[in-house]
Amino acid sequence: MEETIDPECDGDTIIRFREVTKVYPLPGGDVVALDKVSLDIGKGDFIAIMGPSGSGKSTLLNLMGCLDTPTAGTLCIRGKNIRGMSDEDLTILRRDYLGFIFQQFNLLPLLTALENVQYPLILKTGSRECRERCRVVLNAMDLDESLFSHKPSEMSGGQQQRVAIARALVNDPEILLADEPTGNLDTKTGAAIMHLLDDLNRDRGKTIIMVTHDPSIAEYAHRVIRIVDGKIS
Amino acid sequence: MHSLMFFELAQRNVRLHWLRSLLAILGIIIGVVTIVSMGILGNSLVLAISDSLSTVGDSIIVTPHVGGMGFGGSQSSNLLSDRDVEQIRRAAAPHVTIPVYSGSSRMKIGSEDTVGTIYGLKPDDIPVLLEVDQGSYLRGASGAMVGATFAEENEIKVGSRISLGEMGSVRVVGILKERGMGFDINPDFGIVVEDQWFKQAFGQEEYNQVIVKVNDLNKIEEVKDSIDRTMNRKETVVDVIDTRAILETILTTFGQISTFTTVIGGISLIVAGVSILNIMLMSVTERIKEIGVIRSIGTQRKEVLRMFLYEALILGLIGSSIGGALSIIGGYAVSMVMLQTTEYLFVPSSLVYIVYGVGFGLGTSLISGLYPAWKASNLNPIEALRHE
Ligand SMILES: Nc1ncnc2c1ncn2[C@@H]1O[C@H](COP(=O)(O)OP(=O)(O)OP(=O)(O)O)[C@@H](O)[C@H]1O
Ligand SMILES: [Mg+2]
Repeated sequence: MEETIDPECDGDTIIRFREVTKVYPLPGGDVVALDKVSLDIGKGDFIAIMGPSGSGKSTLLNLMGCLDTPTAGTLCIRGKNIRGMSDEDLTILRRDYLGFIFQQFNLLPLLTALENVQYPLILKTGSRECRERCRVVLNAMDLDESLFSHKPSEMSGGQQQRVAIARALVNDPEILLADEPTGNLDTKTGAAIMHLLDDLNRDRGKTIIMVTHDPSIAEYAHRVIRIVDGKIS
Repeated sequence: MHSLMFFELAQRNVRLHWLRSLLAILGIIIGVVTIVSMGILGNSLVLAISDSLSTVGDSIIVTPHVGGMGFGGSQSSNLLSDRDVEQIRRAAAPHVTIPVYSGSSRMKIGSEDTVGTIYGLKPDDIPVLLEVDQGSYLRGASGAMVGATFAEENEIKVGSRISLGEMGSVRVVGILKERGMGFDINPDFGIVVEDQWFKQAFGQEEYNQVIVKVNDLNKIEEVKDSIDRTMNRKETVVDVIDTRAILETILTTFGQISTFTTVIGGISLIVAGVSILNIMLMSVTERIKEIGVIRSIGTQRKEVLRMFLYEALILGLIGSSIGGALSIIGGYAVSMVMLQTTEYLFVPSSLVYIVYGVGFGLGTSLISGLYPAWKASNLNPIEALRHE
């Protein structure tokens, strides 16, 4: 990836939105999912995004995750302007610097717990000699060793989410993006998962951006961004 | 290395949906076996025919023109006179010209009655056309040489006596080597006697055909033209054909038949290809969410493409190799049924069809996998993730 330093992107923010608009063109008329959103997220921040359904939270997170590009405005990730980057470059960015945690865990059903964690590492390094590292990462998620060879369908939601977090962490990304990570878990398991994320932020300095509906979950964050109708309030 | 991981994923997906994978593989197997068996059959046919044709194409055959009325009706018997033969000999010089009498007759060997072809040849010409297997060539006037098949069927040995009814009888001096089907004469199913003896026995002065042996293949056209110009100056008196042309026509015809049957095999492969396309599209549709996940965590488009192509490749590889193995059996079966022999099966020109068949099988699978794989790799990650 070429290192183009955009004047709009300098400063010590790891994620910067400048008047970012996202419009979904639909036959019945355009939907403005994000309307001139500007925000800065610093390295090591722990942020909760809250807002009513349909307000644009996932859209915001997807843009941060380089899964989508803004219709207008400037979006900088790690000091680099996303505009004009090829799909291939964006994919490498996701693989090496971003970790995704989903509400539905989204583990690959054909792979075991350990293989799911190995997947991004093999993608990045091309090497299969990574079992040890993956075991260490999985162990750090408090997952019982006996589950390493289990398929996702053979694990509970909480166990799956631990594997998913290990998968997100295995390439040691700077940013973790979580769309309602506790949305499919009970209160107790959700709290355990939040402790894991909290430790990752506190001890390992990961920048975490998390979408949630639950105020008690949002309390783990240092800052809450509220969004209504595509605008930050 | 990460190719290995995508291959592993593809393989697990094939195994997960083993039943439909099996059906697609079955399609490929049938396609490959059909292509290869048809190819082998066609090739064996061509080989079998060229083998059984003794004349490899070095002869010119001159026969009286059928339906041609000689002047004054003198040649209505459709035979060639001594004068005709002389003219042909001059036109064909320096190549050897062999006039042939032929007819058929009832024959009695021991107590057995049969019918056979009789050829009358000058003793000097016999070694040019035929090879002796047992005994010797003709010397005496009342000797005969017997074709291999005829001798075998009627248990004729050197020294046997063949009675030709009121025409007299001949003593067998030699058994001929098997010659195979020819365009000129077919002595395998008959006997050869001296021309003088034939003339007397049949009361026939004129010849049935003239064979010109041209050893230099490049000269054939020239000699043929020369005979044609000499003999057919005013009207068509004789037909001049060269065996090479006949051979070529026959081989071309069988080549076309073989191509046609192979095309039928190809069509069955296309059907197999469609079934792979179908299950691959199913596989992509079922895994849209999974594709969204792997794309979002950093899998490139081309890697998704590769993963799905591997899936098609696995199906193709299994189908083609099983098909290739089975087509040896298939080739054996069609050869046995159609040709009653498998001697043309284990020759390179037949076996190469296995390579073609396996190649086409693999190619068809890959081509069929291309569109689904392309479709998978071009899914929008967000939309794929939201897919339920
Ligand atoms: N791919 C899309 N095509 C069209 N419209 C879309 C698309 N994605 C989102 N939208 C629209 O954009 C707006 C914001 O959607 P978004 O998914 O960001 O909401 P959200 O805040 O995550 O809601 P929820 O809490 O229900 O998940 C909604 O009106 C939605 O209908
Ligand atoms: Mg959402």
